[in-house]
Amino acid sequence: MAGAGAGHKEYGKRPWTFYALAAFFTLFVLFLYGPMSAIYILSFQGPTGGLTFPMQGASLHWFTALFEQQRTGDFAGAFTRSITLALIVLSLTVAFSVLAGLGFRRRFPGASLVFYLAVASLIMPGILVGLGVGLTFQLFEVQTRWYLSALGAQLTWTLPFGLLIMFAVLSRFNRAYEEAGRDLGASNWQIFWMVVVPIVVPGIIGVALFGFTLSYDEFPRSLLTAGAQNTLPMEIWAMTTNVTSPALYALGTVTTLVSFVVIALALGSIALIQRRRAQRVLPVEQKAAGSQA
Amino acid sequence: MKLSPTLSSYLQVAPMALVLLLFFGVPLLVVIAFSFFDFDGISTVPAFVWTNYQELFASKVTLSLYFQTVYFAVIVWAITLVIGFAVAYFLVFHVRNIIWQMALFLLCTVPFWTSNIIRMISWIPFLGRNGIFNEALLKAGLIQEPLEFLLFSDFAVIVAYVHLFTLFMIVPIFNSMARIDRAIIEAAVDAGSSRARIIWDIVIPLSKTGIALGSIFVITLVMGDFFVVKVMSGSHTASVASAMMNQIAMVQYPPAAASAVILLIIVGLMVAAILRIVDVRKELVR
Repeated sequence: MAGAGAGHKEYGKRPWTFYALAAFFTLFVLFLYGPMSAIYILSFQGPTGGLTFPMQGASLHWFTALFEQQRTGDFAGAFTRSITLALIVLSLTVAFSVLAGLGFRRRFPGASLVFYLAVASLIMPGILVGLGVGLTFQLFEVQTRWYLSALGAQLTWTLPFGLLIMFAVLSRFNRAYEEAGRDLGASNWQIFWMVVVPIVVPGIIGVALFGFTLSYDEFPRSLLTAGAQNTLPMEIWAMTTNVTSPALYALGTVTTLVSFVVIALALGSIALIQRRRAQRVLPVEQKAAGSQA
Repeated sequence: MKLSPTLSSYLQVAPMALVLLLFFGVPLLVVIAFSFFDFDGISTVPAFVWTNYQELFASKVTLSLYFQTVYFAVIVWAITLVIGFAVAYFLVFHVRNIIWQMALFLLCTVPFWTSNIIRMISWIPFLGRNGIFNEALLKAGLIQEPLEFLLFSDFAVIVAYVHLFTLFMIVPIFNSMARIDRAIIEAAVDAGSSRARIIWDIVIPLSKTGIALGSIFVITLVMGDFFVVKVMSGSHTASVASAMMNQIAMVQYPPAAASAVILLIIVGLMVAAILRIVDVRKELVR
């Protein structure tokens, strides 16, 4: 074993840079997660506890305080609106980016124009999108609403992301599968639902994950477009200036928990699909290997 | 019914193009229009005047705001570039097991899918006067008095930016590094090249599209930020966008629109400069 390893450069002794970079990476992960975990712990502060350590006992006091409407604003309403809006953004982002991804596989006049529009929209500072949409609604004397103006503003950010993911997914897609379907007499509709979608479904789940989480946490694009009824990020923003109690952290813990559930669902289902596929392929290969023997 | 290929492409792209036109293209034009509207301090009147721009350029504050914002952008860009490159390099070239590589990559990207505001706030109990960091330093006997500069300072703003935006650097650099053909590096090793020269002559040139994309993300995010700078500096420092937000809060839309247009031009020039150095289009369209 040792002899075999020594002959192969790739599996040789790890260089010192590995240990240096591994230490750097560990520090980075701590930097990434350390402060976040502090506020999760602090959200369980006792009723007399403050914004920082030490903990004055442990309780769910600040979580229940969230639901007392007069103290922290309309938390339950904002929460419902945020989830609803995120689900709408998710559906539209998936539908529109899958369609556009398929459309971009053919060259058509104006393709690069639409592409640059998407890229410009992606890197446009969010607050400027929010300002633009807000002013447009004002100019045309339409009330800004979370399900209209904020929805549109958020889509200018999630759609380009979805499109780029679909580019990556479809560039690996082998068109021979579609042609095989066509040769077997499938209609366009059947090819789309029975060939294309099942193959690219992990990518579609990725797009859905981006659509949901980007919308759910979006602040700059929603601030000037959500209208009278807030979504959650604005509720949190209001709390950073008004509330100096661990209720703020409790809200942070609740929102992050929702994000984590969504991330786990998405990544878990992608992993499950990949494993099923691996299992489905494996018996065939084994059979092939067996018949050869 | 059989559609022509071009027509079906148009129909497939239309929903996205329509949303982008309605909620990005039109609003952009409206902002430009508003920047020329007449504003007398109270009300906005549709017109075509240059006064909003004249006042913007006449104000001494404008230049110092831009100086402050660009200063943040440059520092944060440099730090995130170093961290992003090191992390991506570690994941691509040092982690040999593909499952570990994906797991560690996901570990770096999960915070991207959580709330920026919450992640920013999480520095407050950490950096405060009685925060975790000061307590630790006091206990270790390294300092006698709590450090005051940690929170509500430029330092806190930069820490929060780096915390929020490094992911935007890691992901594109990781993607372009992962595409580098290992045979090139093995050839260099066989030819007796040192590790430093491999990084300088092979890895950096071949991951420059990722570096450029990450840089565009980080610079536009910092240039357009208004809330991190407000909260983390304790309102002591302002950025171009946070000053613009103050104007919006006072319903001064035309001056705010004028400053939005100028900000957009500056950001556009910065992006154009990066694109001149590195052509990322090839990478994106592929």
